[in-house]
Amino acid sequence: MVTTPLLPSDYLDLVSPLRAGADLRGRIEAVHPETDDAATVVIRPGRGWRGHTAGQYVRIGVDVDGVRLWRAYSVTSPTSRRDGRVTITVKAIPDGKVSNHLVRRAKPGTLIQLDQPTGDFVLPQAKPAKVLYLTAGSGITPVMGMLRDTEFDDVVMVHSAPQPQDVIFRKELHSLVADKKLRLTEVHTDTDGMLDIARLDELVPDWAQRETWACGPAGLLDAAEDHWTAHGVRARLHTERFRPGIVVAGEGGEVTFSTTGKTVAADGATPLLDIGEEAGVLMPSGCRMGICFGCVTPLKAGAVRDLRTGEITEAEPGVLIQTCVSAAAGPCDIER
Amino acid sequence: MTAIDPTAHLTAEQIEELGRELDAIRDEVIADRGEKDAAYIRRVISAQRKLELVSRGVLLFSIFPPAWLIGTAGLSVAKIMDNMEIGHNILHGQWDWMRDPKIHSTTWEWDHVSPSDQWKHSHNELHHTYTNVIGKDNDLGYGIMRVDEDQKWHPFHLGQPLWNFLNACFFEYGIAAYDLELGKNLHKRRRKNPEFRARARAVGRKIRKQVLKDYVIHPLLSGPSFLTTLAATFTANLVRNLWTHSVIMCGHFPEGVQVFERRSIRGETRGQWYLRQMMGSANISGSKAMHFMTGNLSHQIEHHLFPDLPSNRYAEVAVKVRALFEKYELEYVTGPLPKQVFSAWHKVFRLSLPNKRPKTGTPDREQNLIAA
Repeated sequence: MVTTPLLPSDYLDLVSPLRAGADLRGRIEAVHPETDDAATVVIRPGRGWRGHTAGQYVRIGVDVDGVRLWRAYSVTSPTSRRDGRVTITVKAIPDGKVSNHLVRRAKPGTLIQLDQPTGDFVLPQAKPAKVLYLTAGSGITPVMGMLRDTEFDDVVMVHSAPQPQDVIFRKELHSLVADKKLRLTEVHTDTDGMLDIARLDELVPDWAQRETWACGPAGLLDAAEDHWTAHGVRARLHTERFRPGIVVAGEGGEVTFSTTGKTVAADGATPLLDIGEEAGVLMPSGCRMGICFGCVTPLKAGAVRDLRTGEITEAEPGVLIQTCVSAAAGPCDIER
Repeated sequence: MTAIDPTAHLTAEQIEELGRELDAIRDEVIADRGEKDAAYIRRVISAQRKLELVSRGVLLFSIFPPAWLIGTAGLSVAKIMDNMEIGHNILHGQWDWMRDPKIHSTTWEWDHVSPSDQWKHSHNELHHTYTNVIGKDNDLGYGIMRVDEDQKWHPFHLGQPLWNFLNACFFEYGIAAYDLELGKNLHKRRRKNPEFRARARAVGRKIRKQVLKDYVIHPLLSGPSFLTTLAATFTANLVRNLWTHSVIMCGHFPEGVQVFERRSIRGETRGQWYLRQMMGSANISGSKAMHFMTGNLSHQIEHHLFPDLPSNRYAEVAVKVRALFEKYELEYVTGPLPKQVFSAWHKVFRLSLPNKRPKTGTPDREQNLIAA
């Protein structure tokens, strides 16, 4: 009443954006380079931060060239960190707007938007006797969160990267090896070629007995899932994907964003999230790979296709769709 | 108001070429839009909120005349900033590209009695599409005045200088009534239309909140300064109303601005739409501070050509647009604020009387368009 049409929080945000009760935000306090194209971002989360479990990721909203973009990154700091800060580690991917911004241009002091950490790629309550971490490239980031968080008696890691200098956290990994807390095999794919999953027998003879966490490109994870399934130990394999799986495209259609009052033509292969953002519609978004459900939006009319499975969803009252992995399958109406 | 069509010398091909050149100006700004623009609007919003807080704080002691003066001045400026550079422009979608849900045309609400969604409909969809088309654009005299010879005279128009003055004093209520299309909807049959009733209730709620805040809660918080704070918020609203009314009158009413027949926009091309916006709007010249306080509506011509470009870019766009006016030998209507306000008021007085010789539409332009 005192501040209508604004809320008191609109004024408090001017002075205390990280206070309890505010929308969850964080402040970048430092950016440490890890490799030529990766950096660790130290974030002071707002008071509402509920803390993470090792291996989880967090959605962050960063303003790049004035445009707010949301992405998901694994938390790489241990849960025991005392100073209230958390870190994410980001690898700049070619043409990646957010990753390149964070690695090369982000400045300490910048406010970013945060979501509570989430994800089920986590360690179990009961400590397994033997652990295998199978990682490649930036797939090491959630695993680093685990390594820093919990010590196991017997931990083996097989990590792939193009060259030695591309291995993120290399120094820290090697000091763990020196302390006999980790056995590490580095596969340098520029010289050794891609890791053939069958080589695991030779690298880690007891791999099938190990509780395994795997994270990396789709090729590695698909091969691992097949391999573990073939040996009847699929239950011991936990995977985390950074990209959506198979893409199935169909015919497109006219997409209407009824709240905003915009209608645009969409092909059958472009996610509705991208279509909406291009049209200037305020689209919620998150992981952009179909796992976090940060982008769900009511489908009011028409039909959409799930780009991962080709499955068609038709509008019914209460139907929500994930816009980041759904494309138009004929004309449709999205409530945004 | 001249009977001669000022665009008659342009061929259809030239009009389309003009449209392409304007598209290019727009594309250039969009390609360059970025971090600096985002920082600009956030800075303005932050400054406005701080100014409003401080002014209302000072008004708690409004019983002391200097406090009353400073607080009232500050609150007036804060309200003008809220309505003009911030509210009007955000509600146009000028900042939607930032994808910030707090600064977005679909979520913004302003310090004004007309709820933003109703204003967006009557302003963005009707006025900006049908700019200066008689019978289509209700902004043309707001339905209570006659601002062109081509509009039919009625004895009611004798009083229009008075109507205009009252509208200026209570402009935000005028706009709310206008957004509700009260004139049309108060007829017996329409009054019961559930859609109209829902919108009327929304306006009622908004008015209640605004009035409660400005005329009850803040005066009460001021304790012994109750009456003086009440006078201060009333004055601030009055100043805001008079100012915004003056600025907005300068956009389409001054002499030299063209109006169009309903028939003339049938089958209008992009180039012709642009041309109508160019001929149907007028600018105000002046200092940076003046442009800011008008919410850059002093660049009305540029705003009508590109209603969704960020307002901080209109000044640079104006240079290029003006060059196009010269190239195509069109009249760029502009002038200092007092001159334009006088010109608009002069028209309001002049047209309160019937024309000596009724004019027969704008046949030249119409023929031109049919030929096109």
